Amino acid sequence: MIEVTSDWYLTLSAVLFSIGFLGMMFRKNALIMFMCIELMLNAVNLTFITASKHLGLIDGQIAVFFVLVVAAAEVVVGLAIIVSIFKKQESASVDMLSSSKG
Amino acid sequence: MTEILLFAIPALLIILGALIVVFAKNPVHNAMGLVLTLTSLAIVYISLNATFVAMVQMLVYAGAVMTLFLFVIMMIGVDKPEQSRKEIKGQTFLISGTLILLVSIIVYIGLENGLNWDLLFPESENAIEGTPSLLASSMFTSWVFPFEVISILLIVATTSALALAYEFKKSESND
Repeated sequence: MIEVTSDWYLTLSAVLFSIGFLGMMFRKNALIMFMCIELMLNAVNLTFITASKHLGLIDGQIAVFFVLVVAAAEVVVGLAIIVSIFKKQESASVDMLSSSKG
Repeated sequence: MTEILLFAIPALLIILGALIVVFAKNPVHNAMGLVLTLTSLAIVYISLNATFVAMVQMLVYAGAVMTLFLFVIMMIGVDKPEQSRKEIKGQTFLISGTLILLVSIIVYIGLENGLNWDLLFPESENAIEGTPSLLASSMFTSWVFPFEVISILLIVATTSALALAYEFKKSESND
């Protein structure tokens, strides 16, 4: 009888993080890159909750709340920046943003 | 058996959703893939005894954050393909190198000791249930300082989003 252990969840989290990282590197659309950041943050959240269950401590779940708030704040500011850039140059592609390199 | 199915089905959906996020061409499909991932993650959280976090995940991530994403996608248009196919020098090489590294670490651990991550601590006997009262009793005592700091972060984020939108309006009226 196979039992579902913490290792399974950690592996799932590692795979999810890798996919998010792949998307972050691959895609040029700033919106999609933001979604990939969300994927990576969620992989971290899964690790925290697994650790919380593994160690029998509640603090991991509290850390998830903080990650959640930071992710929400990041999305709000990031999307506002994307929208204001888009209004100026009609594209959400990060290739067009090289003008900000000074 | 139920336990394994309760892990395997959400896990497959999570990976499927994540792949949709990365590879779909239409931004709305990407957003829907992210919803699939987040919802399945909430199921996994419930099976990890984190019920309150699962609820918050559904409300905040799958609800609020995804609405924001869809709102912006609709606002800046969904029918534009990614315009430039130009690559940064050495980009493909770097991406594939890092990817191969990440995948091979996972495969190595998987093969080396049968998906056993060498966890430093043994599994605790103390089973916790992530109820709101248990979370609150810890968050408002030992975690109260991070809690206050995070509230400042939220105010700053709200203000900066307002400032970005306002500045844009002003510059438009100047043109």
